[in-house]
Amino acid sequence: MSRPRVPPAAPEGPSGVDGDRRGGNGLASQVGEAGQSSPTTPPEAEGAFEIVAREDFSDTTYLLEVRHARLAQAARPGQFVIVMTHAEGERVPLTIADYDRERGTITMVVQAVGKTTREMQRRCRVGARLFSLVGPMGQPTHLGTARKVACVGGGLGVAPVFPQVRAHKERGAYVIGIIGFRSRSLAFWEEKFRAHCDELILCTDDGSAGLKGLVTDGLQQALAAHPDLGEVIAIGPPVMMRACAGVTRARKVKTTVSLNPIMVDGTGMCGGCRVSVGGQMKFACVDGPDFDGHAVDFDELMRRQRRFAEDEQLATARWLEACRLAQAPEAARPAEGLAGAVGGSTAAGRGPGTA
Amino acid sequence: MTPKTIRTIPQERTPMPEQAPVERVRNFSEVALGYALGDARRESERCLMCNDPKCIAGCPVAVDIPGFIRKICAGDLRGAYDVLTGENLLPAVCGRVCPQEEQCEQVCTVGDSLAPVAVGRLERWLGDLAIEQGWANVPYREPNGYRAGIVGSGPAGIACAADLAKAGCEVIVYEAFQAPGGVLRYGIPEFRLPNSVIDAEINNLLKLGVKIECNTLVGRLFTIEQMLNELGFHAVFIGTGAGYPKFMGIPGESLNGVLSANELLTRCNLMQAGKFPQFDTPLHLGRRVAVIGAGNTAMDAMRVSLRLGAEKVYCVYRRSRAECPARAEELLHAEEEGVEFHWLTAPVEVLDDGRGNVRGLRNLRMELGEPDDSGRRRPVPVAGSEYEFAADMVVYAIGTNANPIIGQTSKLRLNKWGYIATDENLATSLAGVYAGGDIVTGAATVIQAMGAGRRAARSIKAYLGLVETDVVYRATPEMAERSFGVEPWAKNFARIRLAA
Ligand SMILES: Cc1cc2nc3c(=O)[nH]c(=O)nc-3n(C[C@H](O)[C@H](O)[C@H](O)COP(=O)(O)OP(=O)(O)OC[C@H]3O[C@@H](n4cnc5c(N)ncnc54)[C@H](O)[C@@H]3O)c2cc1C
Ligand SMILES: Cc1cc2nc3c(=O)[nH]c(=O)nc-3n(C[C@H](O)[C@H](O)[C@H](O)COP(=O)(O)OP(=O)(O)OC[C@H]3O[C@@H](n4cnc5c(N)ncnc54)[C@H](O)[C@@H]3O)c2cc1C
Ligand code: SF4
Ligand code: FES
Repeated sequence: MSRPRVPPAAPEGPSGVDGDRRGGNGLASQVGEAGQSSPTTPPEAEGAFEIVAREDFSDTTYLLEVRHARLAQAARPGQFVIVMTHAEGERVPLTIADYDRERGTITMVVQAVGKTTREMQRRCRVGARLFSLVGPMGQPTHLGTARKVACVGGGLGVAPVFPQVRAHKERGAYVIGIIGFRSRSLAFWEEKFRAHCDELILCTDDGSAGLKGLVTDGLQQALAAHPDLGEVIAIGPPVMMRACAGVTRARKVKTTVSLNPIMVDGTGMCGGCRVSVGGQMKFACVDGPDFDGHAVDFDELMRRQRRFAEDEQLATARWLEACRLAQAPEAARPAEGLAGAVGGSTAAGRGPGTA
Repeated sequence: MTPKTIRTIPQERTPMPEQAPVERVRNFSEVALGYALGDARRESERCLMCNDPKCIAGCPVAVDIPGFIRKICAGDLRGAYDVLTGENLLPAVCGRVCPQEEQCEQVCTVGDSLAPVAVGRLERWLGDLAIEQGWANVPYREPNGYRAGIVGSGPAGIACAADLAKAGCEVIVYEAFQAPGGVLRYGIPEFRLPNSVIDAEINNLLKLGVKIECNTLVGRLFTIEQMLNELGFHAVFIGTGAGYPKFMGIPGESLNGVLSANELLTRCNLMQAGKFPQFDTPLHLGRRVAVIGAGNTAMDAMRVSLRLGAEKVYCVYRRSRAECPARAEELLHAEEEGVEFHWLTAPVEVLDDGRGNVRGLRNLRMELGEPDDSGRRRPVPVAGSEYEFAADMVVYAIGTNANPIIGQTSKLRLNKWGYIATDENLATSLAGVYAGGDIVTGAATVIQAMGAGRRAARSIKAYLGLVETDVVYRATPEMAERSFGVEPWAKNFARIRLAA
């Protein structure tokens, strides 16, 4: 049996994280920085993941930038994280929409659709801390060698497709961005895309900005203009991804989609995220989330996304009612931090304000 | 002490006080309430203190069973705890979940003519007593400058971490979930293993100076190779468990209402879906739940479903009751609680209600044929025996495959089933990297995982050039004399605690 190459340093003092054993990219110095929870220290009291920036794109869509240096180092296009806002919360998967290795942060763009995402919208202020943040999860996108790619983002899918745009650009591909929103008021990141795309097609359903129509119309236009398009990456709601795959199928253009089934652990342990691809069962969290759009069974995906529809409605209704009841105290303390709210009382898990 | 004989010891096994079935199916409190001092004393008297104790050989971590029972008889309870924890860091956990009837109790000499000594119940009692009294064995440790990284906080990781910490290594345990414990936390339900027990025993790990970092998905956040090359670990142990639940590939598996036992149990145990909507994670339990499989996981899924209010719970298993792989006690409890067992039954289709939800299960009856590779008689279908029953939830508990993440993200050699390949010392194909537990053997038991963790710790100590210190731990004054002769360079006379 061979011995380790590095003899141990002098045993005095806290060993390990300093001096010559530090990793090339400074990873070692970050050991212990990220979240810890242990049976002795209630983690919600010191949720480790601080929100350092927030931007509201519309009434329902908001951006959160969270500090996690190691995660920023590790993140690759196509990967996602799982977030818990508080100890009684749900594990919610969110795509890594951007990462900044220098600042040591990752960015998520969230749409408030149900209880958890609405609650996050209300509580995740700058300075607040998330109870749990784990990732990056999923296989990074395989960037391939296509010389020309179209990255299609529909609605909220605009954010998750951004890392792919940047990565394809960085590897030297010609990148056509196609982003779609219901109307101009919901649009975001147009400039950010322009800065990284060779061409950008902005679509709005109502024609209030750019091309009037759906992203599929934009995709048709791109395909017509670029017969040599090598790959299409489409991210958005399942209907939109299915429609994009429909457009490209006839022309046999490789189409990669990013699936978002309901998840629990995100580590392959529960099988809740299983999807059918080419008649085979896959776990989206470890085998994906990227799959061949022409082989995915979207009907099954959409059906499985409604597994908990009843419960979700109940939770949302309860939450809205609690918000209504708590309106007065909430208005009085608009900038309440998340950590404070959670630490303050367990009831905070149910209502928007502190009890 | 007068030598005991099979005739002089209490003939009857001391019964375990339990919650009545009608009561307990409506709560999540523990089913088995645990021995009282008198019960434990009486049961201890049943041990013959054999010269050649078979029970020790039957125990995967070779706990000195007559040793600790002798101390109980002598009234030295703390001493008994010290003997027990010399080998097993998690007595209150193992006393509850080990399949003792296949291990120590199966080979117990008393068992030849009477019911065997209730080793598991004694172990649990002692573990609970220690928690109540706040006992812990924290030896003096001298840091040896080595850092060990442990991936996964299940029983394998915990056991390995404890041994390495005792040897003086700086140990960090990485766990993907928000709370440590592995299957103990997310799989085994509260009524069998309360979270407070896991917390208390994991706390003893922290007292040894081990750091646990949750929310850390190794492989993706950093790789095993990075742990060695960039994070400054001198050795790594991988105990990531089996994960990845199996499905059967029969029609209807993607219907809403079909899920793995892991998903059901994780939602309930880790995420507290039973308290929805106070807790945010939903479960949407069916009224009639069919569970496929009959192992511990299946029993847990069935009994959780009952407690959450399912009206009817079925167990569908293709072999007969005699082959049921669950702990004997769990099967008995499930029967008492009203699970309806369909032995010798194999599902062939999950039925659709026309709206994408489960309506029922179609099955085939089986009969036992020739023995197969595992020595169990192979179930073969009975022609024309198809039948259906109504159900609105179908839970798969038919085992797991290897979790792929470490394999996807490292160059470690895997075996043909995707588990991590190791040699007999649990060394993997990468120098300094060891693995054990379910990720090496496939789904097994808590104590086997712990045994693997300890074995790997021994190999890691050898790899790092640390002397074996296990023997020192339970030193009598005479032994201590000898063990102070440890080579000074080894800096490793850390673990001596003189026996009272
Ligand atoms: C890989 C992946 C990446 C995602 N990326 C983003 C993102 O970048 N931004 C974003 O806003 N949303 C993203 N989502 C979807 C997001 O996770 C859900 O919108 C969120 O969980 C809804 O929770 P809720 O309680 O607010 O709403 P609910 O009312 O509980 O549910 C609303 C809808 O969200 C879906 N959903 C609910 N729970 C989960 C869950 N645990 N996992 C997955 N989906 C669920 C359901 O299909 C449901 O129809 C992603 C999902 C996946 C799987
Ligand atoms: C429902 C159920 C009931 C059971 N009942 C019994 C019983 O009664 N008696 C018995 O003896 N055995 C029982 N078992 C089996 C026993 O629990 C397992 O054999 C044992 O827990 C295996 O231990 P382990 O340490 O190898 O892995 P696990 O306990 O599975 O722990 C692995 C841990 O590693 C984490 N992890 C995985 N991948 C990563 C990663 N990449 N990075 C960081 N962390 C990671 C996981 O989140 C998990 O916490 C049961 C199992 C189940 C599922
Ligand atoms: S085999 Fe049974 S009787 Fe003998 S020492 Fe072990 S527990 Fe006691
Ligand atoms: S989310 Fe549990 S296996 Fe994918």
